[in-house]
Amino acid sequence: MSTGEPNARNEARTGRGGAVETRHEGRPGKRTVLSGLLFGGGIAASIIDLFIFHLGLQWHHFYDLSTSEVALVSDGFFHAFGWFITVWGLFLLADIRRRGGGNWKRWTGAVVLGIGAFQLLDGVLNHKILGIHQIRYGVDLLMYDTVWIGSAVLFMVIGLLVLRMTGSGRRAR
Amino acid sequence: MHSHDSPQTPVLDDWLAFEVLVAALLVAAAAGYAWALRAGRHRSGRTLLRTVMFYAGLTCAGVSLIGPLVQAAHGSFTAHMAGHLSLGMMAPLLLVLSAPVSLLLRGLSVRRARAVSRVLRSPYVRVITHPVVAALLNAGGLWVLYTTPLFHAMHASVWWHALVHTHIFLAGYVFTASMVGVDPDPHRAPFTLRAGVLIAFIAAHSILAKWLYAHPPMGVETADAQLGAQLMYYGGDAVDVLLIVLLFAGWYRATKPRATSLAGMRTARS
Repeated sequence: MSTGEPNARNEARTGRGGAVETRHEGRPGKRTVLSGLLFGGGIAASIIDLFIFHLGLQWHHFYDLSTSEVALVSDGFFHAFGWFITVWGLFLLADIRRRGGGNWKRWTGAVVLGIGAFQLLDGVLNHKILGIHQIRYGVDLLMYDTVWIGSAVLFMVIGLLVLRMTGSGRRAR
Repeated sequence: MHSHDSPQTPVLDDWLAFEVLVAALLVAAAAGYAWALRAGRHRSGRTLLRTVMFYAGLTCAGVSLIGPLVQAAHGSFTAHMAGHLSLGMMAPLLLVLSAPVSLLLRGLSVRRARAVSRVLRSPYVRVITHPVVAALLNAGGLWVLYTTPLFHAMHASVWWHALVHTHIFLAGYVFTASMVGVDPDPHRAPFTLRAGVLIAFIAAHSILAKWLYAHPPMGVETADAQLGAQLMYYGGDAVDVLLIVLLFAGWYRATKPRATSLAGMRTARS
């Protein structure tokens, strides 16, 4: 807390939401990108899941009775991290703004990349490899998985393109 | 809960005595706060908001320990959970934000204020206000309550009832103060430690809520347990997100750029 930028150091420890990409970012505006990634990954885990899949479509439920203990525990930590990095991303953005920096286009690109990265992680690791939960229950999943992972990759490509466009030689912070 | 309707009549007096005792403590706290406000009125720095939060916090604690919600909690797990959210999360958060220790120190004479601050610096306070210890006391207490026969004992005996609720309130207060406290804290833990502990606590709280959904405590009906578990999960979330925001708000204040360097940056930009 005493150092100027504790967040940049902790980023690797969170290990989620696609924050890994920023480690190779040597360009200015690194904190803008980190803020966007955290916020994007965070809302994908907390807000988008809650409002679209739980309340909106009602494909996801509070508790799936076949849920294993491992799934329960990992779910709890994903949940806690989701809210934590959402708020972290916003406070980081506020900090960038009060220091006179910030580039909205670049930040938005990072948010889109963050959403896509989380969705890809969720779709591949949680749905397919660990099999913790699924997109929808009682249906053939191939179509859902294809759309899920396909749109995740699409989000990431769009996000990366925006970052590429806004990254070259511009002072973003 | 339906398994303990028999002891209602003979022990009713004990339960009433507990409610009267709680009411007396709340009135004493309310009066003490008013006295401290008056005693320290010549000093500056108190805001109305803090006073409002203190009395709102006492109200949250009172609602969960006295009156209709307590009666309902004997028969309904959902009502019980509403009371616990109020007593273990809302009341502690409001009271912590009202900075009661600062107010007390302002109201006391210098000699007595020194005695209070000696207590605050004692090894005992140092240990229990450490984030890891405070989180274990708080979340661990909940796990013990809901996964052991303690839950049943709490409804059958007023002594267990008093002990459990005292623990829930105090553990909630100490944990909240160790995370986002505004009172002077000689042992404030570093930001990263508090952040890590908060994440672990939120995870433990939400895992317990989902576990309760599938494993109702002894004597609780499934539908009631499921509704209560969801209340615990989403109600807990609401307060937990507030805690995260307050934690980062503290970081935001502490890392405020100095006026000179900010001015320098603005000049360089324009």
